[in-house]
Amino acid sequence: MSLDAEQVKKIAHLARIEINEADIPGYAATLSNILDLVDQMAAVNTDDVEPMAHPMDASQRLRADVVTETNQREQFQSVAPKTEDGLYLVPQVIE
Amino acid sequence: MQWEVVIGLEIHAQLMTNSKIFSGASIAYGAEPNTQACAVDLGLPGVLPVLNTEAVRMAAKFGLAIGANVSRHSVFARKNYFYPDLPKGYQISQMELPIVETGKLEIELKDGTKKIIGVTRAHLEEDAGKSLHEDYQGMTGIDLNRAGTPLLEIVSEPDMRSAEEAVAYMRKIHSLVQYIGICDGNMAEGSFRCDANVSVRPKGQQEYGTRAELKNINSFKFVEKAINIEVERQIELIEDGGTVVQETRLYDADKNETRSMRSKEEANDYRYFPDPDLLPVVLDDAYLAAVKATLPELPDVKRDRFIAQYGLSSVDAGILTVSRATADYFEKAAELSAAAKLAANWVMGEVSASLNKNDLDINSCPVTAEMLAGMLKRIEDNTISGKIAKEVFEAMWAGEGDADAVIDKKGLKQITDSSAIEALVDEVIANNPAQAAEFKAGKEQLMGFFVGQIMKASKGKANPAQVNQLLKQKLSS
Amino acid sequence: MYHNKTLAELSAMLQAGEVTSVELTQHFLDRIKSKDGDINSFITVTEEQALAQAKAADERIAAGNGVALTGLPFAQKDIFCTQGVRSSCGSKMLDNFNSPYDATVVSKLKQAGAVMLGKTNMDEFAMGSSNETSFYGAVKNPWDLKKVPGGSSGGSAAAVAARLAPAATGTDTGGSIRQPASLCNLTGLKPTYGRVSRYGMIAFASSLDQAGPMARTAEDCALLMNAMAGFDEKDSTSIDKEVPDYSAGLNQSVKGLKIGLPKEFFGEGLDPKVAECVDVAIRQYQDMGAEIIDISLPNSGLSVPVYYVVAPAECSSNLSRMDGVRFGHRCDEPKDLEDLYKRSRGEGFGEEVKRRILIGTYALSAGYYDAYYIKAQKLRRLISDDFKQAFEQVDVIMGPTSPNVAFNMGEKSDDPVSMYLSDIYTIAVNLAGLPGMSIPAGFADEMPVGLQLIGNYFEESRLLNVAHAYQQQTDWHQRCPSGFED
Repeated sequence: MSLDAEQVKKIAHLARIEINEADIPGYAATLSNILDLVDQMAAVNTDDVEPMAHPMDASQRLRADVVTETNQREQFQSVAPKTEDGLYLVPQVIE
Repeated sequence: MQWEVVIGLEIHAQLMTNSKIFSGASIAYGAEPNTQACAVDLGLPGVLPVLNTEAVRMAAKFGLAIGANVSRHSVFARKNYFYPDLPKGYQISQMELPIVETGKLEIELKDGTKKIIGVTRAHLEEDAGKSLHEDYQGMTGIDLNRAGTPLLEIVSEPDMRSAEEAVAYMRKIHSLVQYIGICDGNMAEGSFRCDANVSVRPKGQQEYGTRAELKNINSFKFVEKAINIEVERQIELIEDGGTVVQETRLYDADKNETRSMRSKEEANDYRYFPDPDLLPVVLDDAYLAAVKATLPELPDVKRDRFIAQYGLSSVDAGILTVSRATADYFEKAAELSAAAKLAANWVMGEVSASLNKNDLDINSCPVTAEMLAGMLKRIEDNTISGKIAKEVFEAMWAGEGDADAVIDKKGLKQITDSSAIEALVDEVIANNPAQAAEFKAGKEQLMGFFVGQIMKASKGKANPAQVNQLLKQKLSS
Repeated sequence: MYHNKTLAELSAMLQAGEVTSVELTQHFLDRIKSKDGDINSFITVTEEQALAQAKAADERIAAGNGVALTGLPFAQKDIFCTQGVRSSCGSKMLDNFNSPYDATVVSKLKQAGAVMLGKTNMDEFAMGSSNETSFYGAVKNPWDLKKVPGGSSGGSAAAVAARLAPAATGTDTGGSIRQPASLCNLTGLKPTYGRVSRYGMIAFASSLDQAGPMARTAEDCALLMNAMAGFDEKDSTSIDKEVPDYSAGLNQSVKGLKIGLPKEFFGEGLDPKVAECVDVAIRQYQDMGAEIIDISLPNSGLSVPVYYVVAPAECSSNLSRMDGVRFGHRCDEPKDLEDLYKRSRGEGFGEEVKRRILIGTYALSAGYYDAYYIKAQKLRRLISDDFKQAFEQVDVIMGPTSPNVAFNMGEKSDDPVSMYLSDIYTIAVNLAGLPGMSIPAGFADEMPVGLQLIGNYFEESRLLNVAHAYQQQTDWHQRCPSGFED
């Protein structure tokens, strides 16, 4: 499987990563190499195999419905790039 | 061309837990921005989700209430997309294996017809935060207090064929989730929200038309309006030779129109996959049986019982059982007063009107069911008339005490002493000789005039039946 | 000198009052100052905090409340969130991220009274096998400064190898503890998935990541494991299972131990000199009374392709939270929301991280999900089942940790696929969720060779015991790179 420049752009957009136009052919080439490696998977028939999402054959533990957290806004927002009146700020969202 | 409308609803009900679905932060409404967003809700690097047991129990309860299959094995998946109110860049939801599958509900329309609406699935997921579009240095403010609030997304089959059916279905779910105590149903605060998938097709056609998704319609009234206006738009569009595009549209209540949400229009590829931070949720039969045992009497069953037990009409029983609180209020008043029909009329009439006027919930009604029953007893034993009862009710509402206290204090006890009424009758006849003569000459319509005069003279307290009887005697003698 | 002693030896000295934690801590801080310039193993040195912790540890020991780790200095991989201290994960994206909270592993080590010297360099977001992808520059291998230390826990490995810290924490998603341990002549343990809490460990691939100790001896790894392991209610994938005393099981005999040698680990691609060291080590075990059994892990050959679907898929989603809104790098003057996302992420992530996010995004996208992600998950089960069958026959599985000794810096950085293949023997263990170790087993071309031990689920104790037994008979693990003895 190989990826062309258009596909790389499309994936980069989905992943919201800016890639310089000049770097796209390089990404297309290395990503295609990785996909060639990955395509080795096709060699084994897995028709009757149950997918394994997780190494442990366990089930989800449930947490008691108790409020344990207190307001730590100051501390959390001390690492935020841009805030005002306790809100995180982003460029205007148009709906 | 005859068009058929096809509607499916996706209802988001916020679950009434104490804490969030995956963190120990509070879900209380109305806190200062971001004061209830903990490290997990903010999606800080390294944090992990742990599932709230109550959210699971409530979802199971809903599934059992609609006779659905509650999955013994459900899986959380990540729905990946970027949006500022979605801190992790993905929403933890359920995709292939939801907790509730294939249930159904019966709705009843205004003309009494009944219809079964299929519920495809209901799954657990986390709510997003809120974007505040007021101007902050020309930017949008993000409040993540709501992020991580547990939601049950209830997805219907595309079984509805009119806005009326859609509203009836939505009301039914709204009533049910409150009945079983999993959602407060508060639409103003966004605890109960609805998206509608709307399409049209020529009558008789098998395939569905292309649908538009109407987002976040936050009242029953708007659901109806939004669907109708969207249906109109689609039909006009097609009849003018256009085609409907699959897209998300926002209902603008001020302009009564739907418009395309361009920001969400681009091709969505959510890249769902099982969330590796969470394991499968496994429920066994014993668990489900225990949850089932906590289910209250459901609205349909209660309605049928009200008809049988209290002799109410189907319509009245339906109205009284829409909300569990109203049903409980009615039932208490009916039991205590032993006057069920009267209680029904008062609950649907004066009580409900006063609550509406004062924008109050029945749980905070100043006239309790006990107080109402006390008053109904006085109507039943002829201490007061229905008309005087309204005055008593108002006084009780205003906090002037229970019915007996009000009747006593205001001297509203009905006059049933015949001699006292007779004196009033005589006095009114004597004061209106001309009308008396006309009556005797055959103008019997004047009966009402005399009754009115007498009731006025008695300040409404004369027993109307006795007044009528004495008047007839006197005027015809 | 203190730096040539093991954790266990230093612990005994502290308990006996022969040295104070402040003295030890100062000693290592001085070594970092004088020697780390060449190696670049630390991103952040927390001198002030370390000395304060050391002082508190001395008081605790004096009060008779110390435990084995109290007062012992160690280095923390920068993947762990440390409250108030930069937690960069080797990335520009988190260069300014002073975590507002502590990871569970961090609090556990704090509770034990261990003294954190600083945060070690690593491949960016743990994606790499050479420590060349770090935003903070490559780490050099103390055994040969032209060579890589391995990755992603390359800073931890180099720091311990150079005696800048007696031990360190690491994390292992596809070999990131074992491979650098092998390349730097250390003992490293990747525990069973779920044995050590992942809370506060910045996620790379959630279903594979596991933290563990890196030290010079198995005995020291046991000491660290005693503090690190255990159930954590904040991690849904953490296993609620009693933690044994790992130190207590070290001295059992390995007589009669059944060692499985998977033929797939000794085939093409393995450097013959590495193979020879491994053979010698295995003969040593035979001499100690172990039984050798040839086994096969027929699907393990596909572990690299499977890993390069599963890990990128999970990481593409895990790293979406790095969006310039609540923490981390944000581009200047974003003109709109999309610009904010794209430039913040474009600027904040390095090339290898971007590659993996893109591969993962692609593998999960509509139309490819079944062919890549589901296929990989099915193969993951087959790989895991191979191990299950093998462990019906044997007690531990052994083989090389890495096909080669440390390679030259820059040698593989332009060829991601050849870099990925350096984890060919370690990745299957993560896919299955099993515990694995690497222990020093000799030298090839004067560079360290690691022997990999793989155990059944929750058999860390046995692995440590088997490793310790070997270290009682050999002295490879005591070798020190030249220039770092004094």
